[in-house]
Amino acid sequence: MDFGFILSQSITQAIGVTAIIYCIAAIGLNVQFGYGGLLNFGQVGFVAIGAYSVGATVVKVGSSLWLGIIIGILLGIALALLLGIPTLRLRADYLAIVTIAASEIIRFASKSIDFLGGAQGVTGPIGADFYALNPFPESVDRIGFGDFSFTRIDMWLVITGWAIIALITLLTWALMRSPWGRVVKGIREDEDAVRSLGKNTYLFKLQVLILGGVFGSLAGMYSAVAKGAVQPDGFVPDFTFFLYVMLILGGTARVMGPLLGAAIFWFLLVFVEQTLKEGVSSGVISFITTTQIGPIRFILVGVGLMLLMIFRPQGILGDRKELMLDAR
Amino acid sequence: MHRSTSGFSPRWLLRLAIAGLLGIGITLGLAPAAWAEDLNLTVRVQDEERNAIPDAAITVEGDDGYSAAGVTDGEGIALIPVPANSIVTVTLDEATVTQPVIEGNVREVSILSRDKTVIFRLGEGGGGGDGGSSITMERVLQLLFGGIVLSFIIALASLGLSLIFGTTGLTNFSHGELLTLGAFTALVLNTAGGLNIIIAAPIAIILSAALWGWGQNQVLWKPLRRKGTGLIAAMIVSIGLAITVRYLIVFFFGGAPKSFEQFAGQPPIDLGPIFVTPKELILSGIAIVVLIATVWWLKVSRLGKATRAVSDNPALASSSGVNVELVISAVWILGAGLAAYAGVFLGLTQNVVWTMGQYLLLTFFAAVVLGGLGTIGGAIVGSFVVGITVQLSTLLVPTELKTAAALFLMIILLLIRPQGLLGRRERVG
Repeated sequence: MDFGFILSQSITQAIGVTAIIYCIAAIGLNVQFGYGGLLNFGQVGFVAIGAYSVGATVVKVGSSLWLGIIIGILLGIALALLLGIPTLRLRADYLAIVTIAASEIIRFASKSIDFLGGAQGVTGPIGADFYALNPFPESVDRIGFGDFSFTRIDMWLVITGWAIIALITLLTWALMRSPWGRVVKGIREDEDAVRSLGKNTYLFKLQVLILGGVFGSLAGMYSAVAKGAVQPDGFVPDFTFFLYVMLILGGTARVMGPLLGAAIFWFLLVFVEQTLKEGVSSGVISFITTTQIGPIRFILVGVGLMLLMIFRPQGILGDRKELMLDAR
Repeated sequence: MHRSTSGFSPRWLLRLAIAGLLGIGITLGLAPAAWAEDLNLTVRVQDEERNAIPDAAITVEGDDGYSAAGVTDGEGIALIPVPANSIVTVTLDEATVTQPVIEGNVREVSILSRDKTVIFRLGEGGGGGDGGSSITMERVLQLLFGGIVLSFIIALASLGLSLIFGTTGLTNFSHGELLTLGAFTALVLNTAGGLNIIIAAPIAIILSAALWGWGQNQVLWKPLRRKGTGLIAAMIVSIGLAITVRYLIVFFFGGAPKSFEQFAGQPPIDLGPIFVTPKELILSGIAIVVLIATVWWLKVSRLGKATRAVSDNPALASSSGVNVELVISAVWILGAGLAAYAGVFLGLTQNVVWTMGQYLLLTFFAAVVLGGLGTIGGAIVGSFVVGITVQLSTLLVPTELKTAAALFLMIILLLIRPQGLLGRRERVG
């Protein structure tokens, strides 16, 4: 068993493209659920909207990526308004059911619309405009050392991804220590108290949903650019549930929570998978087959989510007193 | 859930460990070693009156040089093994049939993780103009029947979901897995245990009620209530449980759909305007009896009345001498038993697959919310609205959107009447 290889693979994944996609979406969820207390179980709907916006604009319409990004942000806002205006008056568990239902409607609808490629989705040079800006010369093959390295395209993606994360994290941090952020956190703690102080809590909640939704949409755009494809069956409810695992692992309502959570989540997932794969192929582990390794990852995710929620709902960075996570 | 100071004891962890090991041991011991990963493509060839056409030659081609062929039997059916996660082209050889094929003799089918069926219909295609997609009385009735059958499955599961929500406040995202677990328990008894499904099903339902209902409450939810876990935290725990259970099933049984050994390919019988299989009729008949018995039990029996009292106001019921924990145990046993029957029902009419409960979970929520969260009659009324909507919507929208139609209906109703069809206004805070 080559633990050096396993370790470098895991670290590469922990800071790699997939972790970045989930991290951006989780930051959005942190704004909604962590700070605003909104139980959005349909964050993947926003991710799908963002991904399809750039995918369809570039591949189907033939326009530029930058127009697609603007469309994606606008559609993210539109979806937040569409979801929020009717449902933010409802109780928390209703909001959860409605948002997860909405995300499934988006997935089913995108599968049946021919313009969006139906069940096959959109495939094509979605990120061409972005890759044209790559500062790393084409002569460079891989950047890094030993097993721990990225191709020039991946390096460019990873650097931009973490730059986006840094930007929106900074924005979240600044917003949450502003008076606006204090009102938002107040609504999470006791909505009636904030309302009695003359604040329109409904409007604040709507703004929180929009902000988190736009972050989700950004995650979708980044995913479409990085993968060069948008596939409807990637946008299943489990995507949102994984975001919750990351968020709770890192620490809900903490600025660095989603970053730490996404990195550790992917590190552990890849570490377990690679260790099992190496173990099975080298004959050390004989009681499972290679096809059973995939399910094991998800079993660990599920068990991890349960144990975290029961024994350490504040995660690694969180403050238990800030986050009682109680009803309503 | 109530609040108290006692936390998790080492004894609880031990209990959890023992229960987990037992569960895994039982499943490992019974699970057959190898499951075929290939899926079946069912090709049916019929004429316009749905009479079976035998001896029609079918060829199937896919990626990576995959190709297979078959000839329809006396029932007009050809079963062809196909690889999962592929797109295949199904061709009906026109030289082997006497009439033209409506909508062409070549079909492209994407195979994901479930068995698929392709139907070729022969004839002049007249009458409705564009063949199969026109709205005819016959088609409406057929879909309506399918909708009612689906409604029974949804109602059986939603009733338990609604009762658990009513008595504990838990929005249980792992309720779909109760259905899946019930079906797989029956499958293990049926295939590995060698019992006929008629015997295996009742045993599986009792086992499910005990293990997955009562056991789940004892091992997980009761300690959580003691610990004073919040409702949102409990909801997230249920999501973790759902993911865990689903992938444990994939781990032990694989991802490919399976069938019970009996009644798998039962031919439909002609009932005038519609075609039904006898198993659908019998299973629906039992479902009606089960649903009526459950509602009657809730209305008349002592424990049933106590259940409704706890649903209404747990604190008041508790102070009036109702044993709340006993009621909650009863509700979990009932809920898991009903869901297990729904799972066997679905497994017999379609197939047994690890995602069967997950696919239906949102329709359960839609049914419960439509009828009014926590109300008993509401869950059943909501189930029929949802089940029939799902099937009839295919008259107007593409099949992919049929579940979306029910979800959309739920969202619209929430805007107009947040308390649901039968709910009372003060239920929504």
